[in-house]
Amino acid sequence: MNFMEWAVQASVIVIGLSILIIFLRLIVGPSIEDRIVALDLLSANAIAFIAVYSIQKNTTTFLDAGIILALLAFLSTVAFAFYLGRREKQ
Amino acid sequence: MKEILSGSLLLMGSVFILLSAVGILRMPDLYTRMSATTKASTLGIGLVLLGTILFWQDFGIASRAIAIIVFLFLTAPVAAHVIGRAAYLGKVPLWEKTNIDEFKKREHPSDSSSSMPE
Repeated sequence: MNFMEWAVQASVIVIGLSILIIFLRLIVGPSIEDRIVALDLLSANAIAFIAVYSIQKNTTTFLDAGIILALLAFLSTVAFAFYLGRREKQ
Repeated sequence: MKEILSGSLLLMGSVFILLSAVGILRMPDLYTRMSATTKASTLGIGLVLLGTILFWQDFGIASRAIAIIVFLFLTAPVAAHVIGRAAYLGKVPLWEKTNIDEFKKREHPSDSSSSMPE
């Protein structure tokens, strides 16, 4: 087992652990804005997970999904913020 | 040599991602949580994608990964600003030890009860 395989395994474990921690905040989060921030961070972690997964499984197909995921995370965050601003005005 | 560089970039990036996850769990209020997560996770994802570029050394992969990095660096501050503004206007409470509130000072210049001492 060389250094690269070890590093990829450790990265998969660390990123999976941080996804679990963010899920805790997503469940606990007192306000709805906390949950939106946690969802944004979850999709960002999914991008990093896709990058590590492409090295581990030796396929590069899923990097395109990373681009779409980054776009969707930004758009959903802005849409949620717009909805929250509309709710405050009423 | 290439593998050592790429592997250490992956490890550093995943450590920064873990730091941002610990930050979102442990920080006291929403604004400090956002301050921890946006910066640390953007840096972590950038490092992981740089490690991916170095591992593959292929033009198609590099262009996709650089597109993701540039997009994240452009949109993460904008998204954090939008969510933070919506949260402040929606009266999400600040931490009780917060002593600088420049937004409130700009909106109500006469109200100096909780602004910082000059």
